[in-house]
Amino acid sequence: MPLDTSLVRKPFKVIGTRVRRPDGIDKVTGRAKYGADAFAPGQLVGLVLRSPHAHARIKKIDTSKAEKLPGVKAVVTAADLPDLTAGDRGLRDTLENCMARTKALYDGHAVAAVAAVDMHTAKQALKLIKVDYQVLPHVTDPDEALKPNAPLLHDDIFTEGIEPKPVKPSNFIKIAEYGHGDVEAGFKEADVIIEKSYKTEQTHQGYIEPHACLASVSPDGTAELWVTTQGPFVYRNTCAALLGMDINKLRVTSSEIGGGFGGKTHVWAEPVALALSRKANRPVKVVMTRDEVFRATGPTSSASMDIKIGARKDGTVTAAFAELRYQNGAFPFTWAEFGAMTAWACYDFKNVKSVSKDVVVNRPKCAAYRAPSAPIAAFAVESTMDQVAQAIGMDPIEFRIKNAAKEGTKSSYGPVYGPIGIGPTLEAAKNHPHMKAPLGPNQGRGMACGFWFNFGGQTCVDVNVTPDGSVTVAVGTVDVGGSRASLALAVAEELGVPYDQVRVIVADTSSLGHNDMTDGSRGTFSSSMAAVDATRKAVQTLRERAAKIWEIPVDEVEWMDGHAHAVGEKHGNKAPLSVKEISAQAANTGGPIAGHSEIVADGAGVSFATHICDAEVDPETGRTTIKRYTVIQDAGKAMHPSYVEGQYQGGAAQGIGWALNEEYVYGKDGRLQNPGFLDYRIPVCSDLPMIDTQILEIPNPNHPYGVRGVGETSIVPPLGAIANAISNAAGVRLNHIPMSPPRVLKALKAKKK
Amino acid sequence: MSNVSTHIHTVHLWGALRPLVGGKESVTSSARTIRELFRFLAENYPGVEAHIRRGVAVSIDGRIYRDQWDTELPAGAEIYLMPRIPGG
Repeated sequence: MPLDTSLVRKPFKVIGTRVRRPDGIDKVTGRAKYGADAFAPGQLVGLVLRSPHAHARIKKIDTSKAEKLPGVKAVVTAADLPDLTAGDRGLRDTLENCMARTKALYDGHAVAAVAAVDMHTAKQALKLIKVDYQVLPHVTDPDEALKPNAPLLHDDIFTEGIEPKPVKPSNFIKIAEYGHGDVEAGFKEADVIIEKSYKTEQTHQGYIEPHACLASVSPDGTAELWVTTQGPFVYRNTCAALLGMDINKLRVTSSEIGGGFGGKTHVWAEPVALALSRKANRPVKVVMTRDEVFRATGPTSSASMDIKIGARKDGTVTAAFAELRYQNGAFPFTWAEFGAMTAWACYDFKNVKSVSKDVVVNRPKCAAYRAPSAPIAAFAVESTMDQVAQAIGMDPIEFRIKNAAKEGTKSSYGPVYGPIGIGPTLEAAKNHPHMKAPLGPNQGRGMACGFWFNFGGQTCVDVNVTPDGSVTVAVGTVDVGGSRASLALAVAEELGVPYDQVRVIVADTSSLGHNDMTDGSRGTFSSSMAAVDATRKAVQTLRERAAKIWEIPVDEVEWMDGHAHAVGEKHGNKAPLSVKEISAQAANTGGPIAGHSEIVADGAGVSFATHICDAEVDPETGRTTIKRYTVIQDAGKAMHPSYVEGQYQGGAAQGIGWALNEEYVYGKDGRLQNPGFLDYRIPVCSDLPMIDTQILEIPNPNHPYGVRGVGETSIVPPLGAIANAISNAAGVRLNHIPMSPPRVLKALKAKKK
Repeated sequence: MSNVSTHIHTVHLWGALRPLVGGKESVTSSARTIRELFRFLAENYPGVEAHIRRGVAVSIDGRIYRDQWDTELPAGAEIYLMPRIPGG
């Protein structure tokens, strides 16, 4: 039976209801098991020694004293993780990030690790490891790193995208360009041109649960890894490759996850924990401190950007240009390029161009953070859009509506759009009561739009009907935002049984085929598609079994409301058979009843949102309070509206933190000054207003229920919306995120002068 | 047999691929699936294969496909190659 992803327009029985959360009770009572909650007999404590230098050559590491300390069972360095990456640059960078080889490239870079019988011994052992460093000049700012005489991190980066290829290595990884039309000609047609520069500082995903794992490698070469992750299969594949294991020898089980937002899509200490366990021949548990999470996992880029928009007085944008410079941390990637692709995606511009410049600096290796790279570019674009609207005397929403992309628009990243939702979110914002509410003293209102690519990917779901007719479901794509509830709803909908009769678990990597990570807003989109597919197969089996019980052809059995019905004049008077009645006879009709689905859920469709924000600025302290916030976004179909609202609110809350306070602060020595939640200020409940949400439901034609991914887009507009609100409240344009009290106060003082 | 000439596509390339095809913004292909398209590019333009290994997404009439290489390229479809994007 081929996978049918086409949209079924039918009244739903349980899809769209706000059912009880399957993981709720365990989470609020403390029973849920997270990364640090695993225990194995004989387990050791694993700790990592980290570089105190931003950039240093490692001349020698002497571990002999640590190894002799009673209670120490293993010490590992790069020598214990030989390079097996066979020319795969990305994998080699991952290996080198997990354990420095010849150079430490940032403050916090791992250089050695120990496994000992207890925490006290492990800490003592770390102090006994002697590392002979040759400290090198460092650079942490993307603009500084692009300068010709900047300290060089790698001698094998030759800027990609420049012809002819440069002969000298540099920190400049890649230049890329997107857009269409003739921007220079377009600017000549403009009545008004606004050209501004912006900066954003580096932020961390700030998940509450630090990275933690328990690794156990057996002498027979098999291994187990319990870990908090967004992708146990990807962790398995990566760790096996780095350690030279057959993939099937490593079984990874994902714990409950206390937040990830992209930061748990990459391996950090997990390969080190496995290497320690392999050497010690004992289970090893590694739990990062918050200090380690900040210094040595993957925050998002900081950036420096130039934006230029030209428009006619009637509000038509004639040309738009962006140059985006993002730092990638100490290893090369293309985070700025994704910013360039997304920057102008909300709009229908005749002439548009974005240029990205990716650069390495002496900071931790950047990782994905919820709609990675898009919020940064959107901040600069949406700030400039507001200034153009002001300059031509047009309402900011009307200005965006006039220029919004629609079906048939050639997107700024290339393709022509099919049906899209930016227009409806803008119209909903225009008509929202929030836009008409009065503002108080020192208050300002701002709004902004955002775009993100969603995707699907490889997904497996098993549906098993138990002997009493209740149903178990196993999925391999980790539940980070409520997908277990959505899958139970999908299975209940297809099977016609109550939601409470379906229990969903996240399976380990030896139980199902490969599943991609929970990223790209794909969890519910792709897993529910596979769940529908698997359940329809189970329903087919149930019909076949009912036919056997009744001794009639299967064509004369229909499935309706959780029962098999015999149809036609000959058999139509038979009493329907329930799932329970059919499953009770499974052994005598062919064995267990199940449905399986292994799919690639492609064609997810892009996503748009519009946000409205009211901010109040204290003129004496520069402190900003968000007074009211509204999120409007298309969900396609909200399978469980409470979870969708939670995603919208969560994205907005993270965006508020990013816009107002969160910031990596580096000293002149290249060391991170604020690796803790006291000095790195994420918003808590008392910092936030009730975040209002409006779910639009424009069905996705490529999903049986019309579902779209909703997890990421909600973090794209906040930086721009808040920047516009603050600038309107303060009466002066601010162009540097975060807009923390010192920066706002400085802008207010400059305005007075 | 269907007429191959009715299945000619203009395949638009993102910036990183253009130097590998002689600086052109697009190439033409008669591929009927993503797999055929990738094979055509690998055989005719050395260097593109490395990008395909790293990850290339294909936009077909505005909808982005990352994995399903047997996805058909309908006659007259607008085709864009894009870098494979990570998520968070």
